[in-house]
Amino acid sequence: MPSAPLLSRRQLLQAASLLGLSTAALGVRPTWAAPAGLANVYPQGLEDGPQVSLAVRREARQIAGKTAYPITLNGTSPGPLIRLREGQDASLKITNLLDEKTSVHWHGIILPSNMDGVPGLSYAGIAPGEVFTARFPVNQNGTYWYHSHSGLQEQLGHAGPMLIEPAEPEPFHYDREHVLLLTDWTFEDPRDVFRHLKVAEGYYNRQERTLVDFFDDVAKHGLAETWKQRSMWQQMRMSSRDIADVTGSTYTYLVNGHTAQDNWTALFRPGEKLRLRVINGSAMSYFDVRIPGVKMTVVAADGQPVQLVPVDEFRIAVAETYDVVVEPEADRAYTIFAEAMDRSGYVRATLAPRLGMVAPIPERRRIADRGMEAMAAHGGGMDHASMSTGSSDHSAKAAMDHSSMAGMDHSSMAGTDHSSMAGTDHSSMAGMDHGAHGTAHAPMAEMNHTPADQTASAAHGSGLLAAGVAQPESRYDQAGIGIDPAERRVLVYGDLKARTPWPDRRPPGRELELHLTGNMERYMWSFDGKKFSEVDGPIHFAHGERLRLIFVNTTMMEHPIHLHGMWMELENGAGELIPRKHTLNVKPGERVSALVTADAPGHWAFHCHLLYHMDAGMFRVVKVA
Amino acid sequence: MNVCARAVAGIGALSLASAALAQVEDIPPGWGVAMQEHHFGTLLVDRFEYAWSDDNEEALVWDFQGWYGGDRQRVYLKGEGENTQGDGEDAEFESLDLLYSHLIADFWELQGGLGYQGGLGSGDHPERGFAVVGLMGTLPYGIEVDTSLRVSEDGDVSASLEGEYDLRVTQRVILQPRAEIELAGSDVEEFGVGEGLNSTRLGLRLRYQITPKIAPYVGGYWEKQYGQTADFTRDEFGEVEGSGVVAGIRLWF
Repeated sequence: MPSAPLLSRRQLLQAASLLGLSTAALGVRPTWAAPAGLANVYPQGLEDGPQVSLAVRREARQIAGKTAYPITLNGTSPGPLIRLREGQDASLKITNLLDEKTSVHWHGIILPSNMDGVPGLSYAGIAPGEVFTARFPVNQNGTYWYHSHSGLQEQLGHAGPMLIEPAEPEPFHYDREHVLLLTDWTFEDPRDVFRHLKVAEGYYNRQERTLVDFFDDVAKHGLAETWKQRSMWQQMRMSSRDIADVTGSTYTYLVNGHTAQDNWTALFRPGEKLRLRVINGSAMSYFDVRIPGVKMTVVAADGQPVQLVPVDEFRIAVAETYDVVVEPEADRAYTIFAEAMDRSGYVRATLAPRLGMVAPIPERRRIADRGMEAMAAHGGGMDHASMSTGSSDHSAKAAMDHSSMAGMDHSSMAGTDHSSMAGTDHSSMAGMDHGAHGTAHAPMAEMNHTPADQTASAAHGSGLLAAGVAQPESRYDQAGIGIDPAERRVLVYGDLKARTPWPDRRPPGRELELHLTGNMERYMWSFDGKKFSEVDGPIHFAHGERLRLIFVNTTMMEHPIHLHGMWMELENGAGELIPRKHTLNVKPGERVSALVTADAPGHWAFHCHLLYHMDAGMFRVVKVA
Repeated sequence: MNVCARAVAGIGALSLASAALAQVEDIPPGWGVAMQEHHFGTLLVDRFEYAWSDDNEEALVWDFQGWYGGDRQRVYLKGEGENTQGDGEDAEFESLDLLYSHLIADFWELQGGLGYQGGLGSGDHPERGFAVVGLMGTLPYGIEVDTSLRVSEDGDVSASLEGEYDLRVTQRVILQPRAEIELAGSDVEEFGVGEGLNSTRLGLRLRYQITPKIAPYVGGYWEKQYGQTADFTRDEFGEVEGSGVVAGIRLWF
């Protein structure tokens, strides 16, 4: 395409967006505030596709009333909303005006690997002063996002939402939509954050257990029980309060670039149906999102449509997206409340019929203590040296026990509701006698089911679980740590069902089991005990094959695992209707599986989407050939 | 110098380790590596304190450790010493060690290198050098220990064992008991060291973390010498058992 008409078209678009969107920028209102009736989908600017230009800069901006130096995209941080339409050929031009290399990864978009934006795999990155244009056909729709895949740039706000309008009308109705991009901002240099994590364990935790908690527990549960519980954690040299590595002690949580104080407001007319596109673009923070007084109906997860799930709250792992439809009826303000998983902070926005309204901020929850499942993950009560994840290949040995579990007789289970079975009594675990944890794993260890080399036997296609069946030791009926399911209806992975079966119905030809491993004290994170710098080569997928990925989390932290280039169909027990996602949250001690159709040749990044975990080595390359 | 050579060797080993980067074949060279390996460094001044002993002696005491390196291999510099006030003598390093450290288990580092004891440039104190082997790590229940075995240039063997524990009273107030034991394999009169158990020292410090990096504290200690070591001290008209109070600051960079 000749560049001159392209430019004029672009100018036209800019002019249009200036008139349509940013009239408020001229007046006294905050720039994001457009009166009801206009689409203030997202306050950080709009770039309408299919031709989009992004200029990447580092410049001073005000965040929480202080001068900050984020990375901006077309002048805003986080960046503007990129709006594309299914069926278009996208042409996304990035101009690097930083003094270091940059990159943009289109998170969740199925595209050729050389357009995926991962330095070292897709290209060399974009050098300072250089321009790169990502061109790809848009063959999907939904809510996605984009972010830097270079160093720690994502922590500096190098991220933004991406919305793809469907070619066919969607099976649900809404009158208006808003994007809610959640991020975590720190005024520290991200390299310092990383150093603090590396050299001082628990540096950002200001919610450690204290003597005061101990006496509280003694009063509640008695001395013997408290002592038993505490001594177990102490023996493991771990903190049960290790919920988030980087916390509200340094983070200012933002929604669409705005703090809770800023009170970003999404407008509605009472009775309207609103579609909220919620994106967790944080570097490190999981959020629990709710709107007190309003039921939310989940309509899509990771951009992909799901059968409607009415919920009061949902947990959004780093890099996930959820679309919910809400119908606030009263002519009043509602608080959109996103609380960090470790309860060290929150951000709110307001849903209101007019600007300048506020609703109360709900009572904050207290940090939870990790319980048995986390201890079991780490092999509580077992010999720790042998569970060593950082320094040897022992984790592979630990893997044996688990893989042999796959050899269990599942036929009897296949018919039952797995999502509820997997976790029956887990929700009550927090209150359980933790002293008993030593026995929890015992039955498993004794289940000496033969195929030690599960992968080999799997290659023959025998002895595998049926497609879509939940792994034993998955906990798809639980939202996770710090959630009391009795309090309100919270979305769990078991709720997610595709609207119609995804096209490839083949059973998996083989299984690939990966252990999520780490050494908390050293802040080493890895797959199968090996950091990226320590592995010999990529993980191989045969082009066209259908395989099952199994993640076994042997650490005490949640990990949002992201595979580039291909969908992961989460085997949450929904059978034919398993949902597909780009990012899977794996809770401590959990065993999660997904089916993958390896239809995208090339080199793909595969990693934990916690930024500092990835940078510490929890990263692999998947090669499809 | 030996010390320098050791340091160079250590750093050489570190860079060698980082060179082992994950390669993906058939990716054009020049694209770089998707994820870089990182090295870090830090310095912890665990104790920097002024001590008042019950026999009216005052001293400035320090105890620091710094390291640079990766996850498994690091170079450590550790130093412990004091300057007794008003004795007209310069400061003395009880130990100043340059060690190569290797992670051998989740919570344990095996360390080895060179050590020094003396006045460091001052003629006020006798000097000697050591070969040092140590094991540093965290015991179950979170007790941090640092042990070392030393062989001096004259072949004298000694060992030390240090342990400390952080008890969190509140998020900012931390009570830290610590214990130190010194042992020796032979009499070394010049350094006041007798064969067998030399001394034990117990301390208790209460610190307030203004930030995780800055924490002033107050505390006290009790110490006792034994056997021939105590005799050497008595010969010099020194006290073999005593206690004191301290005030200081814990710093972290």
